[in-house]
Amino acid sequence: MKEQEGKERGLEKEFAQLKRQVESMPKAAQENKIVLICFSGDLDKALAAFVIATGAAAMGMDVVMFFTFWGTPLLRDKEKKVGGKDLMGRMFGAMLPKGLSKVKLSQMNMGGMGTAMMKALMKKKNIASLEEMLQLAAEMDVRIFICEMSMDLMGFKREEMIDYPNLIFCGVAKMLEEAQSSKVQFFI
Amino acid sequence: MSADIKVDKVMDLKGMPCPMPVVKVSKGIKEVAIGQVIEAQTTDPGSLADFPAWARTSGNEILQTDQEGTVIKFYIKRKV
Repeated sequence: MKEQEGKERGLEKEFAQLKRQVESMPKAAQENKIVLICFSGDLDKALAAFVIATGAAAMGMDVVMFFTFWGTPLLRDKEKKVGGKDLMGRMFGAMLPKGLSKVKLSQMNMGGMGTAMMKALMKKKNIASLEEMLQLAAEMDVRIFICEMSMDLMGFKREEMIDYPNLIFCGVAKMLEEAQSSKVQFFI
Repeated sequence: MSADIKVDKVMDLKGMPCPMPVVKVSKGIKEVAIGQVIEAQTTDPGSLADFPAWARTSGNEILQTDQEGTVIKFYIKRKV
């Protein structure tokens, strides 16, 4: 009997200790959220990013897309023009794609022929274009963040970026705050 | 067959590739009341794996899956 009681008390103590440990654990990765870091400026990778983003939104997840470095020019608006850029800014502006409709394949581009063929094939197979995917993402409340540092580096101005609901210009901390509380993170 | 399932809404998602069937059905199910059933028709073979995954994650229930040739029919009950 006594032995049994002693065992129970020991277990109780252990349980209380475990409970304290669990309670003091940092609260992280609890939200049903996905953060996609869209680093690439290629058509194929951007398509993958948008398919995952809209798919995740359909699954009921909170979705954040953080566009950085080569991904940044994807969010330029092809209709908008801004002046007052320095030489490097003008150079980046001319050499990088002006929005989602201008991006190329990472492989088999073949001077633009490969990309044109892929786009035609996507249309034939009923696969949504990047512009349509962006529209869809907006309808599904996918949040888009743009890396302010990349924009500054490449000389892009806020006025030349797309109109998107609640578009956020931010830095690494804002993205990390979202990533820290998300279950899934992708780097594309 | 589905004779005993009362369908409240039919969604034609035939010919749509990934991710559209799941995207459309996630929107469409919000247009029926909780407890009602939608019939989603797809031709994307991937949806055989995708729809159950979507249902599990979103908390809805697939009552039955029928396959007639290339057409796949899902009977989905809105639970949330």
